[in-house]
Amino acid sequence: MPDWLDRLFGKETTSANQAKDRLKLVLINDRTDLSPHEMEIMKNELIEVIARHVDIDPDAVHISMTQEGREQRLVADIPIRPVKRRGGRTK
Amino acid sequence: MSASVVTICSGKGGVGKTTTTANLAVALALTGKKVVCIDGDIGLRNLDVVLGLENRIVYDLVDVIEGRCRLRQAMIRDKRLPELYLIPAAQTRDKSAVSPSDMVRLCDELRQDCDWILIDSPAGIERGFRNAIAPADTVIVVTNPEVSAVRDADRIIGIVEAEEKGPARLVINRVNPGMVKRGDMLTAEDVLELLAIELIGIVPEDENVIISTNRGQPIALDGKTRAGMAFNNIARRLQGEKVPFLDLEQKDGFFHRISRIFKPAGEV
Repeated sequence: MPDWLDRLFGKETTSANQAKDRLKLVLINDRTDLSPHEMEIMKNELIEVIARHVDIDPDAVHISMTQEGREQRLVADIPIRPVKRRGGRTK
Repeated sequence: MSASVVTICSGKGGVGKTTTTANLAVALALTGKKVVCIDGDIGLRNLDVVLGLENRIVYDLVDVIEGRCRLRQAMIRDKRLPELYLIPAAQTRDKSAVSPSDMVRLCDELRQDCDWILIDSPAGIERGFRNAIAPADTVIVVTNPEVSAVRDADRIIGIVEAEEKGPARLVINRVNPGMVKRGDMLTAEDVLELLAIELIGIVPEDENVIISTNRGQPIALDGKTRAGMAFNNIARRLQGEKVPFLDLEQKDGFFHRISRIFKPAGEV
């Protein structure tokens, strides 16, 4: 969210909020031993493999790390394009 | 008697491990329990000065481990609290003089005749820290509401879990209510959300901690100070009591002060 939107909704970018946001990212990297760069590489490789089997839109793929307690979870949201069949099905 | 071994660690140096160890030891001894605290920071002895026992050291931890004295001889008895003992660290040796199994053996010997054994871990994640957590039944991680201390605490919590010594319990030390109010310090809730472990204490920043350390009189001896009260509360929680956390919002308005006067003791 842009800064001005944060301010509009009352969420100030105080130094404490900045500390918390920075720590969130740092802790994900520390816990998974995965840098943002490696994460990007992994994401691209995943897209490549999946695209070999199904038709997907690479720009719509959303892969992120979520935290549940002290557990890290890699969550991938990969919308699949509808299959376009030539001629359609006959019965 | 079979003592419970509690190791106090933090990863980062200077967050208040030794102060926490000294004050928890005092607070537990104040409840009538027999407490032995061990300075695990070989080469950088400090728990003795914080407890005010520096002039009475004859033998140390390494002397016990290397058989130069009996365990009893290295236990310095506190004059204020006769049920409180300190086993000091060696000052002229390094961490390699002690192994994790030495610590386990030493604590097993001690367990028979005391209620609590507290180990003050050195900073870092190396040998000295491994020695300190080896005999632990419970690990307390001390942190400050500040980025580097929280990051290091997270590393320590991860290692404690991997060593199957978890789940660790968290002490958030040096919370400055004024800065929290201005949005310039992480709140206890923020730290707790990031680290996701059980909270056992919040200790406010308090000048009296330095003053009491200057005098070698741990602040837990003075239950009227906010920090002293916080440490006494942690000791009670460690013993399984349910104690509400101190409200660190400082509202110094007239009505607030009046309402505080009429609140029951201990519920500040």
